[in-house]
Amino acid sequence: MSEILLRAEGITKRYGGILACDGVNIELRAGETHAVIGPNGAGKTTLLAQLGGEITPDVGRIHLGERDVTGLRAPERAALGLGRSFQITSVFREFTALQNVALAVQAHDGHSFRFWRKARTDAALVEPARAMLDRLGLAGRAAVPAALLSHGEQRQLELAMALATKPRVLLLDEPMAGMGASDSERMTRLLTTLKRESALLLVEHDMDAVFALADRITVMTYGRVIATGTPAEIRANQTVRDAYLGTDEAA
Amino acid sequence: MERVATFFVLVALAAVPVLTAIFDAPFYLDLFGRVMIYAIAALSLNLVMGYGGMVSFGHAAFLGLGGYAVGILAKEGIDSGFVQWPLAVGSCALFAFLTGLVVLRTSGAYFIMITLAFAQMLFFLFTSLAEYGGDDGLTIWTRSEFSGLIDLNDGASFYYLVFVLLLLCLGISARLVDSRFGMVLRGAKANERRMRAIGFPTFRYKLAAYTISGAMCGLAGALLANQAEFVGPSVLHWSRSGEILVMVVLGGMGGVAGPVLGAAAYLLLSYFLADLTKHWAIIMGPLLILVVLYARGGLLGLLGGRRAKADSP
Repeated sequence: MSEILLRAEGITKRYGGILACDGVNIELRAGETHAVIGPNGAGKTTLLAQLGGEITPDVGRIHLGERDVTGLRAPERAALGLGRSFQITSVFREFTALQNVALAVQAHDGHSFRFWRKARTDAALVEPARAMLDRLGLAGRAAVPAALLSHGEQRQLELAMALATKPRVLLLDEPMAGMGASDSERMTRLLTTLKRESALLLVEHDMDAVFALADRITVMTYGRVIATGTPAEIRANQTVRDAYLGTDEAA
Repeated sequence: MERVATFFVLVALAAVPVLTAIFDAPFYLDLFGRVMIYAIAALSLNLVMGYGGMVSFGHAAFLGLGGYAVGILAKEGIDSGFVQWPLAVGSCALFAFLTGLVVLRTSGAYFIMITLAFAQMLFFLFTSLAEYGGDDGLTIWTRSEFSGLIDLNDGASFYYLVFVLLLLCLGISARLVDSRFGMVLRGAKANERRMRAIGFPTFRYKLAAYTISGAMCGLAGALLANQAEFVGPSVLHWSRSGEILVMVVLGGMGGVAGPVLGAAAYLLLSYFLADLTKHWAIIMGPLLILVVLYARGGLLGLLGGRRAKADSP
């Protein structure tokens, strides 16, 4: 079996009376695409936020590779190779597409207590950023402020930024959210090519994409994991069908 | 446009001592000197507010601390500017760093209130320091000595020193905001959560910016005390923090030079309006409201130099 890159053990997060995550176990192996599905309010985004280090679980541990990262905050986990994209597009709207990605490159190019040289013309930032935009098909939009990009382009930019940090593990929160059929197909193809570089943990509602991409699927409802398995196993699982996938569709 | 406007303002400022000499109006040398000193203070605030999104309502603290550093040392018989000025700037940097550790854990309205609170603490501290003037303030009998290098008692020399320091602060600001450090600051203003997710520990960068800002404002404080040959608690009053804030907003936060325009506009306007009527605030107030309502990019925005950064859709 390949190496486990990310592992959460029994993580629990309570908001007042609501158990957003209840003893969740999940692991992500090298080279794997692992999808988390479940109805709205199942705790998927809360799980991702805990894996990313934005919120700390009340109970449970999180390991990134060998290392226990439960107590580390988001920037420190990012430095250890954890990338992240958000459900709601989270780009720097005033910056150009190129500046957005260059900033992500900068995050992993040593400290930023560099006060004098212009970042905009710094080849060490701009060149990798250009290459990344090129790869995601945004090369022609490099000079456009992110706010003026289309929704689909912004989602791609979001991904470009996550990738520019060269993550070993990439957490994607609904990468297809709000995309039309053709955009989301393109995104699926793109994510397929990413598998070689990063292990992907994605939360997604687009079942076509999930079953096309995922090597393993974890199903959550009400903060609990009710099943984990290969797409075929999940499709055949009666509990999952009752709880989520429905009875009439085979996805 | 911004560059052109800035250039003309700077040329005009450079010409002031010549004109005041010709027309024998030394008062204006003082007035424009004060404009430049406040421009430095406003520049320092713009670094954290315009680029970092940290609305400090306590920058008068640095103005006062820088001033008192000069005043207290002078009273203790240490007149050398080589001692006074680094101590003024250094103590402000230290104060900014230490208070920054606290204030930067908050944001929004809380940030505004807690920066105000720290400034008020200094205000009451210096009000109660009876041996250094207390309520009445402290007269500075001799301006800072730079042992033959420059004589600050000469009006034009002092003016040009302030001018050069303003250029220096402008240059530093311009480089800073376009550097890697500046990009982190701007990114943190726009979307701090994202910045952290891509791996920036934003706190330390904001703290560094706050410290630099405090130091720069401390320099303005040292200059102000020298110009007035006096420092008192009024420099630390919260309304002074408000004035610096108004200068930044009035000038526009979209570019580096906005605060210079803002400081000039605010001080000159209040001076000439005060000449007109003692109720000058009645005119100034609505003017400010108009700028805020219709020119969100401030004077810079009116010049069309740059889109206001705060205005993005």
